[in-house]
Amino acid sequence: MTSSPGLPEPYRLTGTSSFVEFLAALHPERLRLTGVDASSVAPHGTTIVALRTSDGVVMAGDRRATMGNLIAQHDIEKVFAADEHSVIGIAGTAGLAVELVRIFQVELEHYEKIEGVPLSLDGKANRLATMLRGNLGLALQGLAVVPLFAGYDLARGTGRIFSYDVTGGRYEEHDFYAVGSGSTFARGSLKKLFRRAASTDDAVMAALEALYDAADDDSATGGPDMARGIFPVVAVVDAQGARVLRDDEVAPRVAAMLTGRSLHPDGPPSDRGGEASS
Amino acid sequence: MSVPFYVSPEQIMRDKADFARKGIARGRSVIVMQYDGGIVFVAENPSRALHKISELYDRIGFAAVGKYNEFESLRVAGVRLADMRGYSYDRSDVTGRSLANAYAQTLGTIFTETAKPFEVEIVVAEVGTEPGEDELYRLMFDGSVADERGYVAMGGSAEPITSSLADAWHDGMDLGECIRVAVRLLGEHGEEHARTLVPAQLEVAVLDRSRPRRTFQRLSNGRLAELLG
Repeated sequence: MTSSPGLPEPYRLTGTSSFVEFLAALHPERLRLTGVDASSVAPHGTTIVALRTSDGVVMAGDRRATMGNLIAQHDIEKVFAADEHSVIGIAGTAGLAVELVRIFQVELEHYEKIEGVPLSLDGKANRLATMLRGNLGLALQGLAVVPLFAGYDLARGTGRIFSYDVTGGRYEEHDFYAVGSGSTFARGSLKKLFRRAASTDDAVMAALEALYDAADDDSATGGPDMARGIFPVVAVVDAQGARVLRDDEVAPRVAAMLTGRSLHPDGPPSDRGGEASS
Repeated sequence: MSVPFYVSPEQIMRDKADFARKGIARGRSVIVMQYDGGIVFVAENPSRALHKISELYDRIGFAAVGKYNEFESLRVAGVRLADMRGYSYDRSDVTGRSLANAYAQTLGTIFTETAKPFEVEIVVAEVGTEPGEDELYRLMFDGSVADERGYVAMGGSAEPITSSLADAWHDGMDLGECIRVAVRLLGEHGEEHARTLVPAQLEVAVLDRSRPRRTFQRLSNGRLAELLG
């Protein structure tokens, strides 16, 4: 930290509105992380899902972090509000991912404070891509971070979802998406449960079902833990803003889902021909 | 060889201070007041884009009068310092006191070491969890700091406004009362003749104690018209 009192010269120069660029110029060591292949000892976060709704977008993530065959944490949080109108979920190396979220939050807020207006949703998505690209070296050492970004586009009046690869590739997803070790199963589940222009409530239920299906078949994804009261983190974004649901809002929905699963362990039956085949 | 005129250090400082004071006195005024739910900033500022009031951090606001380019560079530096500190340590480690200190040091250095002092006056305000914990720091062009209570007025008509506020301000005023008093005083003292200021001529923002995390909020013209009644 700056030890001298007052505002040092670089702080007062006309320059960038980007916190990351400012940090890189002033304290590059705080951005640089070096490492060897630490994938077996660094905790990994697992499954995140996001889907569009009639009002915006819903994102949810399970609570497990794994370290090899061990469970590193039962109640890690992997879905965060990035700013007033966007959310970010993370899979991959937990330590780096949480740090990425932290600096991304500062980046968005910093720009908004200096410029007086928030970045556009595309601007935020691109900014995240650039930051990921800076992490490529680490990704190649087994410390990959794969975020999922979603938000409400105030200019277009709609929710949007962006996925990324470790090289910083940015892809817009049109209906739903999932990242992390259980994403294959979650995406399969969402394929059946996703409805265009569904209400936020229905989308939250679909997200919970998808995470349950991921936990069902992927050992690194945690299911809801009723004994400890650990439920998925669910975030909702609409024109009013981004909001992470409280536990007491998620708990009854999880309970309803589990009741349904006791009748249909593999999830809600398809509405086409389910009766005929049984 | 000609001998340069001797000017005493006292004279140099006096000249600089007079110069800065004149510059500040040319600008329109800003009032910062505590109300029951937080801290309110009221400025006469017809520009929608060039702000005199802004957010530094979660619970810390900034208001300035004087030369725009000078206080804007200080504002940006303050945002950078706050974000750097919050990122390096924790959000709770960013305090109004440390920012006020940084501004004081910077303004003091500029005043003594450069030929032209900054023609600015600044308020750094931090809203606490209850009214007793609110902090208001007023920083002068020469780096001197005053820890104020209740209200601060800066700019061209700071003196008459401050003496009126001494009578008008009391503990536990609500937001509407504060804004009405501030707008009336700005209108009475801004120009030769008293005027009635309308929302389009005003820039108003609050640090709202009850909001989680980022407490700074600008008031829209609609909301302002509602409060002005």
